[in-house]
Amino acid sequence: MLRVHWYLVVTGLLAAAGCRADRPERLRPAPGAKTGTVTIHIPDRLTSVPTGEVDALGKPLRASCVSCHSLRRPDALPASMAELDEFHGGLTFQHGELSCGSCHVVGDQSELRRADGTAIAMRDAMSLCAQCHGPQFRDYSHGAHGGMNGHWDLSAGDRVRNHCVDCHDPHMPAFQPSLPVLRPQDRGVRANRGEHPARAGHAEGAAR
Amino acid sequence: MSDSPVIRNGPNRRVALKVIGATLGAGAFAYASRPLVQWAADQSIDEVLRHHYKELTRDELTQILRKLEAETKEVHGVDVHIEDYPAQEGVQFGYALNLSVCIGCRKCAEACHKENNHDRRTNNSYIRVLEMDQGSFDMERGNVDYDHAVPAPGKYYMPVQCHQCDDAPCVKVCPVEATWKEKDGIVVVDYSWCIGCRYCEAACPYHARRFNWTRPEIPPDEINPDQGYLSNRIRPQGVVEKCTFCLHRTRQGRLPACLEACPTGARVFGNLLDPDSEIRWVLENKRVYVLKEELGTRPRFFYFFDV
Repeated sequence: MLRVHWYLVVTGLLAAAGCRADRPERLRPAPGAKTGTVTIHIPDRLTSVPTGEVDALGKPLRASCVSCHSLRRPDALPASMAELDEFHGGLTFQHGELSCGSCHVVGDQSELRRADGTAIAMRDAMSLCAQCHGPQFRDYSHGAHGGMNGHWDLSAGDRVRNHCVDCHDPHMPAFQPSLPVLRPQDRGVRANRGEHPARAGHAEGAAR
Repeated sequence: MSDSPVIRNGPNRRVALKVIGATLGAGAFAYASRPLVQWAADQSIDEVLRHHYKELTRDELTQILRKLEAETKEVHGVDVHIEDYPAQEGVQFGYALNLSVCIGCRKCAEACHKENNHDRRTNNSYIRVLEMDQGSFDMERGNVDYDHAVPAPGKYYMPVQCHQCDDAPCVKVCPVEATWKEKDGIVVVDYSWCIGCRYCEAACPYHARRFNWTRPEIPPDEINPDQGYLSNRIRPQGVVEKCTFCLHRTRQGRLPACLEACPTGARVFGNLLDPDSEIRWVLENKRVYVLKEELGTRPRFFYFFDV
């Protein structure tokens, strides 16, 4: 018993003195210090569908998949988008040559199926996306793809990372065109637009 | 000649000119010194004779912070907390932006606008998003004023903000040392020390500095109360401001506001000294582009591509 403790102490001292000495001092969390965690956000879209209604507070109402599918288990997946109705009606699909069965499982709304046949929980959809989108998944694993919130310094706090499905609609993953926000109104751009008479004609809007 | 009646007799042209000149001179002097008289009302003598930021003691700085909080309360009617966040040891900030995924939505500029208490009227922001022609890197032809659905066909988008250069031209030209580079790489401005000459604005090759032509107008309920002395405290009129990588957030370990707002995840931020950081992975594994590299400014801001 005592010998084990002795080895532990020596190993600990060696680790403290030698290992990772190239790392800056403050990045090593103090003993017992709280170290932040990285979690992946689970989007609502994986467990519910929008109803188009709002609740008393004006928040959009979503219906959990289970609320219908615990009673209704379809025998087959639809062959085309046109067959979809009720909550699934009007779904647009633009995702390569995939069919419903490429990802979905007949009769179980809470699972997805990978190409090798293994069933995975809906929340683990990222590993399913990664089957085709390897480079994106590699970048994601290194923090170079996908948005995040919280702390860059995990010794100071936690970080929440976006799930693939937070940003990409799995049925139409490309970003759709949208109007930009916060159009600049400073005197430079207004002069370029001819709205600032005192400086009209002076081009200051573009960075140079 | 000596008994010329013109010289002997009373007022003449030369005297009149002297009197007019003296009157104009006195008037001009009074007009020129008017700011001095007015400024005495809202600025104490301590503030004028205070030391440079780097020479302030903790006590002096704390006093200044509390005074600025009181002034904000008086002018904007809001309780804010102004703090001085010093640079952390072992941290060198770096920022990278993925040009392959940016869609030009300007959400980053909007987040900056709110986080950093910018003037609402001008939609000011430390970030300018340039709409550029695909295949071109000519910033002169970049358009910041686009107002159509994005991403537009044939275009790509390049957000430009302060590059926190290691060899910053803006720092070199400041005649009063009101702007300098901090230990963690952030170039800061002491708004209380800036004289508003705008040399730095002219020197910056990235067009990253902004001048406060007026006192920023912000509705009281929209003022961000978490403020840093060197970052997002409400700027006075007539001083220059710039992006500080949100140092009031990042020096506490948090991510910058523009990164959190980006809907495409185009932005990567972190500590360049940490070999396991995301920013280091990007610099080591992606095709990285430095804007106007030929100027030798050595930016801390990098653009990268997915392919």
